[in-house]
Amino acid sequence: MKLYGAKGWIAIGIASLIAFVVFPVLTIAVPPESPFHISQYWVTLIGKIMCYAIVAIAMDLVWGYTGILSLGHGLFFALGGYAMGMYLMRQIGRQGQYQSDLPDFMVFLDWKEFPWQWWNTDQFWWAMLLVVFVPGLLALVFGFFAFRSRVKGVYFSIITQALTFAAMLLFFRNATGFGGNNGFTDFKSILGLPITTPETRMLLFTLTALVLIATLLLGRWIVTSKFGRVLTAIRDAETRVAFCGYNTVHYKLAIYTLSAVICGIAGALYVPQVGIINPSEMSPANSIEIAIWVAVGGRGTLTGAIIGAGVVNYGKSFFTQAFPEYWLYALGLIFILVTLFLPQGIMGLLKKKS
Amino acid sequence: MRNLLFVLLLAAAPAFAIDKAALAKLAEGDNDEKIQAIAALLAEGDPEAAAVLAKFAEGEVVVDGKPVEVVVNNRVRVAVADALAALGLLAPERATRLAAAKALAGGADALMLPLVKKALDKESDPEIKSLLELVASSMQMKGGDKATRIAAIERLGTSNSPNSRTLLAEAVADADEDIRIAAQKSLREVQGKLAWGERAGLLFAGVSLGSILLLAALGLAITYGLMGVINMAHGELIMIGAYTTYVIQDFFKMTFPKAFDWYLLAAIPASFVVAGLVGMMLERVVIRWLYGRPLETLLATWGISLMLIQSVRTIFGAANVQVENPAFMSGGIQAFAGVVLPWSRIWIIAFAALVLFLMYFLLTKTRLGLFVRGVTQNREMAACVGVHTGRVDMWAFGLGSGIAGLAGCALSQIGNVGPDLGQGYIVDSFMVVVFGGVGQLAGTVYAALTLGFANKFLESVSGAVIAKIVVLVFIIFFIQRRPQGLFAVKGRTVEA
Repeated sequence: MKLYGAKGWIAIGIASLIAFVVFPVLTIAVPPESPFHISQYWVTLIGKIMCYAIVAIAMDLVWGYTGILSLGHGLFFALGGYAMGMYLMRQIGRQGQYQSDLPDFMVFLDWKEFPWQWWNTDQFWWAMLLVVFVPGLLALVFGFFAFRSRVKGVYFSIITQALTFAAMLLFFRNATGFGGNNGFTDFKSILGLPITTPETRMLLFTLTALVLIATLLLGRWIVTSKFGRVLTAIRDAETRVAFCGYNTVHYKLAIYTLSAVICGIAGALYVPQVGIINPSEMSPANSIEIAIWVAVGGRGTLTGAIIGAGVVNYGKSFFTQAFPEYWLYALGLIFILVTLFLPQGIMGLLKKKS
Repeated sequence: MRNLLFVLLLAAAPAFAIDKAALAKLAEGDNDEKIQAIAALLAEGDPEAAAVLAKFAEGEVVVDGKPVEVVVNNRVRVAVADALAALGLLAPERATRLAAAKALAGGADALMLPLVKKALDKESDPEIKSLLELVASSMQMKGGDKATRIAAIERLGTSNSPNSRTLLAEAVADADEDIRIAAQKSLREVQGKLAWGERAGLLFAGVSLGSILLLAALGLAITYGLMGVINMAHGELIMIGAYTTYVIQDFFKMTFPKAFDWYLLAAIPASFVVAGLVGMMLERVVIRWLYGRPLETLLATWGISLMLIQSVRTIFGAANVQVENPAFMSGGIQAFAGVVLPWSRIWIIAFAALVLFLMYFLLTKTRLGLFVRGVTQNREMAACVGVHTGRVDMWAFGLGSGIAGLAGCALSQIGNVGPDLGQGYIVDSFMVVVFGGVGQLAGTVYAALTLGFANKFLESVSGAVIAKIVVLVFIIFFIQRRPQGLFAVKGRTVEA
């Protein structure tokens, strides 16, 4: 099975070289005085953007290739993040402010023991299972009911938005047991390694890059396979595909669930790098932003999704530092201009040129 | 310094008429003794006691003409505050006495019983008197001999205040058998009386929330329901209406302070026109290029909403702004015991009904309404018979946006006005329209009221946040069972 041409593989090779060799050497081995040194700021920023790029690929699989615009992908991302966050909170142990086995927020709420959701979360393997299965099961159940009753198009977008909104309200409650408004923060270590040292950060960075490349290849494998062809056909004429004898519900459900799991993994990589997770990650605005990353890069091209996530998020971090007043104007304009003038996104623009 | 001392002595001079033993206790006793002393001072009902207690709260007692420093902890401070409130019972003004009686009815220490009895003897106003009787009964119920307690419990049974229910609920668990029985009987009586008021209050809250949801969703029923445009900036049009109201209010405050109460009369048309114009502009510049591509419309209008939020932040600042109610909107009417219906809510219900009626009239009885319905049913055919469909789209979108502006004007009267105002309503308004069935005005009305009731009813059972989550999840499942909503337009096409 040929995924990419020679040029494509060379590009992936160069990207891996940069992520796995150049970056680690320049941040850790090169001393800070040297002009070639890369600071922690860039490691965190690019690590964060790579997590977003993984989400963008997941979104592109369901929206760009299958035509399902989900406005709830932020929820899956946050669920993966929360699962990881629970493990990280357990890793703090007695180093918290109150020197208790329980996380600080539980001591503050005067709880005496862990609620049931926290069962076994001090085990890394269990947390990893949660990262995969909680978003996956939610997507499977929700998607099953939605696709079976042929909820599609805008209706699907609106109810996924309502779903993430409801989840946000739920996680804002202190009684839900996930730290309410403040969520989880102040992490100390992961798998026994202190979380703030450059070495651990670099490890997380390279791990994220690895997952990103793996997701890209997996996505590419899916969309070039027969399964992927059926997905594209569903996007273009679902009724016709159904009349050809394909059960479209199964196809949509499979890609939707896979996409949710990928988002969950991205969330789990995001939390230790950024150091915080709270319910605002589930706000409907965040989920819509994911869609615009894909739209900017170009729907229906996986590379486009990565480029889109990179461009928009780099723009965001640049604007919010240089001109915090104008970021929302810029983001709003991107939404409008891309939908009006660039339906194929940046990739479409590049294709037209060549 | 000497002057200050002189003033202090003057102020303290009448206090010599007061029980010296109590003063000594206030100065030197422990906390329990201090509280007893406060009660003793109260029992005398001497107006001078107020001055002594006020000074005591600041940490000073004058014994034999000499000021003594005292430590007042939190518990004692609360007792003093209660005592000072209770002394208001003996004031000559009716309003002060009523306020004091109400404060005591909220819960007061049994030590104040002598004062309450004294006030009861003097009181002539029937309203205050009945309140005080209630207070006295609830105090007697807690302490004293068995016969007094049972009598007090029976008297409480004739009242209809939520406080007596709480008190009786405590007495039901009493150690004494007779008291338990009496309390159970009284509790049943009180609950019977309160139940109707509470049901009516719940009903009103449901209608009130329903009317707000209706106002927020009516505009969307036109732009989404009839025209099929997913307008994510709908919430921001509501916000623009609210800010227009704020500007008009400020304008009235500065130029016509005397006519301030009438500013709403100017704000209603202004918010309609401003939001409508913004909506028409959006339709011409952005939305008309995207008809037939709903997902793209969704993203583009979301972009618009971000820009509108940021422009409001730039112009008015990120903090909430103050919109004052005119006089006729503040306050409320007491319909049942413990149930106050605020005037602002009542006006908004009436306003929502009026807007609904006008919209119905516009859509069914006017030429524009005819064109709008024609274009939504069959665009090509309408164009063939000479309807300028582009212009009709613009007007219809303007109308929907204007109604959103009206919603904003109404919401400014009951909630905070800030740049994020619209974000809170966008999910709700879409839920109402989708739940009611797209393209159906009647469906929107039923959906708004149903959701309003459901929300308020669940809130009384499980708390606000859970209620909201349950309603959202219910709608999500409902749409999956019936994607066409409560009221479906019948048709035979496979693709909706």
